[in-house]
Amino acid sequence: MIEVRDIHFTYPNGVEALKGVSLKIGRGEFVAVMGQNGAGKTTLVKHFNGLLKPTSGQVLVEGADTTKVSVASLSRNVGFVFQNPDHQLFSETVEEEIAFGLRNFGFKEEVIDKRIEWALNLLALTQYRKTSPFMLSGGERKRVALASVLAWDPKMLILDEPTIGQDYEQKEKLRQFIMQMKTQEKTIVMVTHDVEFVAECDPRVLLMREGRIIADGAATEILTNQEILTEASIVPPQIAQIFLELPNLGLPRNVIDVYEAQKILLGYLEKRIG
Amino acid sequence: MSVFGGLKFRKVYSPIHSLDPRIKFVYVCAIFVAAIIFSELIPLLLLFLIQIPFVFLARVRREWLNSMRGAAFLAAVIFLSNFVYKFIAANYSVTADILESCTAFTLRFIVLVESFSVFFLTTSPDHLGLALEQTHVPYEFVFAFTTAVRFVPVLAEEAQTIMDAQKARGLELEGGNFLRRIRNYIPILIPLIVSAIRRSLELAEAMESRAWGATKNRTNLYVLRMHKGDAVLMVITLAVLVIAVYARLYVDIPSLNNLLRNLFSTTRFLI
Repeated sequence: MIEVRDIHFTYPNGVEALKGVSLKIGRGEFVAVMGQNGAGKTTLVKHFNGLLKPTSGQVLVEGADTTKVSVASLSRNVGFVFQNPDHQLFSETVEEEIAFGLRNFGFKEEVIDKRIEWALNLLALTQYRKTSPFMLSGGERKRVALASVLAWDPKMLILDEPTIGQDYEQKEKLRQFIMQMKTQEKTIVMVTHDVEFVAECDPRVLLMREGRIIADGAATEILTNQEILTEASIVPPQIAQIFLELPNLGLPRNVIDVYEAQKILLGYLEKRIG
Repeated sequence: MSVFGGLKFRKVYSPIHSLDPRIKFVYVCAIFVAAIIFSELIPLLLLFLIQIPFVFLARVRREWLNSMRGAAFLAAVIFLSNFVYKFIAANYSVTADILESCTAFTLRFIVLVESFSVFFLTTSPDHLGLALEQTHVPYEFVFAFTTAVRFVPVLAEEAQTIMDAQKARGLELEGGNFLRRIRNYIPILIPLIVSAIRRSLELAEAMESRAWGATKNRTNLYVLRMHKGDAVLMVITLAVLVIAVYARLYVDIPSLNNLLRNLFSTTRFLI
């Protein structure tokens, strides 16, 4: 669905943010892009809907070269939710905000109405339908921004730091929502620093450092590989840390899920006692 | 945007950067006045050329070229509009004199941009604020001014992000008639203004929680003092002004065309 062929990208101020990145993201995949600040994560995902065009190399979205198609037409298939909702909210009411994208893509009015209702319901915003988005709290604004993109039902969703400023309950909802999208064969790419959230979601992880991808694989492999994590300046998730600190007990080392960890540790203790 | 890029300060150490901003400002004003009082090509050319050494001394050649490139479009507009007007006024004929005076008007604009660009490229906002403060401008105004200057690049960056966010929601910025184009910018202007207001409120709170205005008698770590270089610049400034005013009042300034024509006939005569 998305194919990136050896792209380089240099910003107008001369900073080379991507230094040869190649990857493929298939339909229905769930990918977390991680790495320290300035590693090129956001720069990379901005290539997926054509906001940035590679200085050299090629990005193909559903077979189409992004340099030949406008951002608006790519966005119909690739929804991009920005990190800061304040960069996109401008309407008088939440429902108008959600309708904006739908109108831009030429949906019919009666369809727009249904879509708004669906999106409001999905993100528990129905009560704010007629409220100004500027009156909402930070977390709610973030959900409005998400709703305004989800409304046109893109095949692929890019989330830039979706968990910032969200409490545990909202994160859990977000996780369930992502899982639900996954079952609908949607492709999801998430840029994040939140290791614990990634550990709970268990996606494919792309680790970036200084404009290059340094690791690509399942979360259970990458988030438990201390060498790679140190290179990318990432602290392993807490569960992984426990298992990394217990090297002499003969336990598996690639564990990041709390329930799996519980099972393994209880099993081990029972064996010791019994 | 690229015009503003030419006004963005970058920290470098050079003889020009360490000059007193007050003197530099007076110098820019002198160039400004000189550029305004002449409409002939030769003096404007001289004004353009005397600033080039400053650019090289200050090592801001790349940034300066950028701002010149940014000004190129407006310069072209000035040249063309002057040209069309004079072309019609001269009964639809093109003469060398018309071209010369159009070039002179364009060059005047370029000289203005050039001098301001050198000033802003070599003067940090802090330095500028310090200069204002030492000329007894109330500190509140100075602070507001330096803050405004400092936030211009931040705002420009934010505008870019907002544009990206709205394009990703299907907003087409190009195309459509004039009214449609203006309407297209509403989804960009509103978030930009709202976030600027929000930021200013946050800044005010942050300032108050750090005891802004607690002491009446503010002192500065750095105090501006005149040095040798400042005296030199002052002399240059005065010289530019005096020569410019004198030339305007008492010298019959030849046009480049006449000069060339005379030169040409003299050489022919000599041969």
